[in-house]
Amino acid sequence: MSEPIIKIENVNKWFGDFQVLKDINLDVGAKQKIVVCGPSGSGKSTLIRCINRLEEHQKGSIIVDGTELSENTKNIEQVRAEVGMVFQQFNLFPHLSILDNCTLAPIWVKKMPKKEAEELAMKQLTQVQISDQANKFPGQLSGGQQQRCAIARALCMQPKIMLFDEPTSALDPEMIKEVLDAMVNLAKGGMTMIVVTHEMGFAKEVADEVIFMDEGMIVEKSETKEFFANPKSDRTKLFLSQIL
Amino acid sequence: MINTLIDKKNSNYYYYLLAGIFLFSISILDVVLYSFFKINLTIFLPDILGLFLPLIIGFAGLHLIRIEYSGIKTIDLINKNINTNNFNAFLTLLIIFAIVKAAPPSLSWMIFDANISGDSKEACTGTGACWTYVKVWFRRFMYGMYPNDLHWRINTAFILVIGLGFFGFFLKDSLKKYLALYYVIIYPIIAFLVIYYLISGGAFGLVWVETGAWGGLSLTFIVSFFCLIFCFPLGMILALGRRSNLPMIRYISVGYIEFWRGVPLITVLFMSSVMFPMFLPEDFFMDKLVRVIIAITLFEGAYCAEAIRGGLQSLPRGQYDAAKSLGMGYWKMHIFVILPQALKLVIPGICNTFLALVKDTPLIFVVGLAEIAGMLALAKTNPKWLGFAMEGYIFAAIIFWIICYAMSKYSYNLENKYKTER
Repeated sequence: MSEPIIKIENVNKWFGDFQVLKDINLDVGAKQKIVVCGPSGSGKSTLIRCINRLEEHQKGSIIVDGTELSENTKNIEQVRAEVGMVFQQFNLFPHLSILDNCTLAPIWVKKMPKKEAEELAMKQLTQVQISDQANKFPGQLSGGQQQRCAIARALCMQPKIMLFDEPTSALDPEMIKEVLDAMVNLAKGGMTMIVVTHEMGFAKEVADEVIFMDEGMIVEKSETKEFFANPKSDRTKLFLSQIL
Repeated sequence: MINTLIDKKNSNYYYYLLAGIFLFSISILDVVLYSFFKINLTIFLPDILGLFLPLIIGFAGLHLIRIEYSGIKTIDLINKNINTNNFNAFLTLLIIFAIVKAAPPSLSWMIFDANISGDSKEACTGTGACWTYVKVWFRRFMYGMYPNDLHWRINTAFILVIGLGFFGFFLKDSLKKYLALYYVIIYPIIAFLVIYYLISGGAFGLVWVETGAWGGLSLTFIVSFFCLIFCFPLGMILALGRRSNLPMIRYISVGYIEFWRGVPLITVLFMSSVMFPMFLPEDFFMDKLVRVIIAITLFEGAYCAEAIRGGLQSLPRGQYDAAKSLGMGYWKMHIFVILPQALKLVIPGICNTFLALVKDTPLIFVVGLAEIAGMLALAKTNPKWLGFAMEGYIFAAIIFWIICYAMSKYSYNLENKYKTER
């Protein structure tokens, strides 16, 4: 593996007295796809929210593409512009049209000319197959369409890394596939991805590595095939037996 | 026998309806005739019975009308809204009778027996209101002590200011993004200059008129206008400050808001005119009107801040997360994502604050500025026009109601215009 694009070393985090992350070590190489799974409350969401500092870690270091995350706000904004994120609840901006949702950040953060930003946005919306909805508002779209728009919005910043925080958990079963398809396409395009999900089918199809977390620790980290064929720890076996 | 009478499941319920409507109409008619034309239909009955008869008849009528479903739209509407049970029917009748009884005296006082001709107290010969008083004093109520031959200056200034206010609507789409800048910074400055040079004068060959002479409705407008446009940005900054992560800024905002919300406006106004000059250097002079506007702005800014904070708090955290994850800093996040949504939600609350502000302007009387209510208080003590306070206050009430109703209508429009699905 070449030089890792994300380097997480000895990261600890507490919410009050409760320790959510315990000595997390993780290296993610460029173009690697990693799936993070585990029971709820195991700290998976917190971990990936730490990577673009939506949450602060209290101990250890996180280096994203050569920039260490610290109190320095300039660094943080720089990292966030390079790291796209997709949320469970979509979090589209309801007062803006789909197109404006996609062009807002490129225009104001990356100072892209409006025309160029719109062309880029239309390209990304076409990729996720909702270009025909560009002038509607988020409230008029189905959950699956909203989530695909959220993916397009994140991609419009032309990030090097994409984080997915349970992107399909708030969707109807019928809509999960359309979102997963968009993510599979993205993975095939060579994006570095960290995905928190319970969709094991997706993990088997695209992931290079699967990480299993429980109680704030990384319990198991192995190649995808290895992970599903012979999990090492009992906790992982139990989890897999319940979810598959 | 009784049972069949009351049983409305009967197929010929139609007759019950007719009888009910008839009785109900009779009872209303009786009250209307008596209170408007002094015709007493029940003169042949003992007094006490005559008093209660319309109530009894009307009650019986409503009872007969009360049918689960009649198929007649109006009747169903009445049954559903004001005739659901005996008690409600009784209250309905009482309210109708009270309105009918109260209408003739107030109408005759306000319109039929009122005087409006002439230009002195002696012209008012009728028993009703003396609108002559309002007519004679009209210019004073509108312009205060401002010299009569200079009133065109106030009018021109207002037309200019209102015109500039509408300027934004005609702007090209490509310039729309500067609209906020225009309304928050450029427009107040222009409006101030227009009002200063036109109404105050002292330049361009216009005679200087000191602010002590300003007054009446025009002063109400001037004070409200400046306070409104200044207290909104102030409130916004305070609301953001109160939610800031920086403890210094947060404590200052909290302290400010709690201080201004804790003192009555009237003491603030007193302070601005009595205490404040003491802290200023001796040769420094600030106009009384300016001081009052600053005082009201600071005061209402605290209320605005709390209204806006309510909106900020109602936004889901995901909106902040999404904006941050796209690399937006604090200001970009708030300007493009948070505030547009939050301000939409607080339109009713802001409107509330603004209405209160407009209705608080009469308090500037305590520092010697007489806007419309203040002019009334002066006019009613004029020896030539004693005893017409009522007319004046009704006039002022109507004017205030029109202003406030227009504002609240406008806020409803804004709400509908910016409504988006969530």
